[in-house]
Amino acid sequence: MRVTKDAKGAGAPAPFGRVVNVTKTFDTAGQPVPAVKDVSFQFRKGDLIALLGPSGCGKTTVLKMMGGLIPASGGLLELDGKAIDAPFPGVGVVFQAPTLMPWRSVLGNVLFPMEVIGKNDARAKTRAREILKLVGLDGFENAYPRQLSGGMQQRVALCRAIIHEPSILLMDEPFGALDELTRLEMNDLLLDLRRVTGATVLFVTHSISEAIYLSDQVVVFSKRPAVIVKELAIEIPYPRSSKTRFLPEFIELERQAGVALGIVHQ
Amino acid sequence: MSKHAARFLYPFAGTLIIILAWHYYVVLFHVPVVVLPTPMQVLQAMVKEWKVLIEEGWITALECIYGFALAMAIGIPIAVIMTYSRIANQMFYPLLVASQSIPKVAVAPILLVWFGTGIKSKLAMAFVIAFFPVVVDTATGLRSTSPELIELARSLQCTRLQTFFKIQLPSALPSIFSGAKIAVTLSVIGAVIGEFIGSNEGLGNLLLTANSQLNSPLVWASLTVLSVLGVILYGFVVVAERLLMPWAVDADPKH
Repeated sequence: MRVTKDAKGAGAPAPFGRVVNVTKTFDTAGQPVPAVKDVSFQFRKGDLIALLGPSGCGKTTVLKMMGGLIPASGGLLELDGKAIDAPFPGVGVVFQAPTLMPWRSVLGNVLFPMEVIGKNDARAKTRAREILKLVGLDGFENAYPRQLSGGMQQRVALCRAIIHEPSILLMDEPFGALDELTRLEMNDLLLDLRRVTGATVLFVTHSISEAIYLSDQVVVFSKRPAVIVKELAIEIPYPRSSKTRFLPEFIELERQAGVALGIVHQ
Repeated sequence: MSKHAARFLYPFAGTLIIILAWHYYVVLFHVPVVVLPTPMQVLQAMVKEWKVLIEEGWITALECIYGFALAMAIGIPIAVIMTYSRIANQMFYPLLVASQSIPKVAVAPILLVWFGTGIKSKLAMAFVIAFFPVVVDTATGLRSTSPELIELARSLQCTRLQTFFKIQLPSALPSIFSGAKIAVTLSVIGAVIGEFIGSNEGLGNLLLTANSQLNSPLVWASLTVLSVLGVILYGFVVVAERLLMPWAVDADPKH
């Protein structure tokens, strides 16, 4: 397996999460269709890892396997020393669409995970209000989702994903449906939330600059079936800001990712 | 404000035009009262016979309400079973769809034999006709739950019951209510068919009796009360919908 973090020095702790030679083949109308082929990477606790690749390449499949939502056809996925083959406690998910429950208020949506795990107590409500405030939605606790804009709804979805303090946050192109300005705003918001919660994040995106801006590590996938074509360690220190995007090393990383994706020629 | 007024003003004006056209048609062309009474004669019949109309209307209303309630109480669980059991679905869904090709009126005499001339055969008829849309719309609603919400439930390790009651059932509510609205309207038709086939009470019976006596103002009065009954029952469903789905109502998109 390739070691990606060697630049950060030897003697690094054992990885928090590992994906080892993972393969996924779907059965479509009796035909085996390979979606993911022999994928391996690893990450540390608290890292933000972007899975970057063209649309429909199978990176979402990797994400779902990491959450135990679909089983791998071969290989091993591991989190905190435990093999993953089914849904497990401590997972937060964010989808491309906010996917809120229209019949619940903002607060009710955020508290949904707590309700399911039986911890919907006063402390949970306080925490829900705190993180809603953190994302700038204080005052909207009792609004219904359809009274909010798309960006606001996605913020609620973010709060819902972190309310139960998951050990891993899985995000599937969460800002892909938002307009560019909102998307930039949400990028910074995500980094803030991560700083506060210390969550480990796997983030699927097809935006090169978003991947680099957010991450400690970018895993670049090829077209379907997904194989890893490059791994980039992003050494730009946090906190990052709009200036980050114009740093020479940022632009160089964008170029490297573009080359790996085959959209920039050397 | 003017928009608000228009919402009431235009339908009112439209109704008035039809009533006036009706009135002048009868008066100008000397249409005999047996063929078509004037709106005024119908109104007079309603005032004169109000007690009978209310009494018979109440009976018909009960038949509709019981039949409708039964259609909901049986139709929703059947839709749930059909949605979650593949085998049950494959065994009975084609049969259910095929059964809809039977003209409901043709079933009425059989129901009469089974349940007698009392209220039971009428509510059975209302049930038979109102049942199908409840099943179909509930099943559609349950199937249309967002796959992402189901995935969210899986990632949180929701039990099947949690997934059903917290996600799928509320997701299906809008569909269930659109089925209920159709069902409640059909239940009135069912009740009247039942009364036509064999009954000595109810608005359908009153209508037939008045018709045989060539008392057409009373025929039209019965018809009017029947349609008012339909509107009231429909209104109840709409009120229930607003109470159970407040999120769908106050949301005139972004005030």
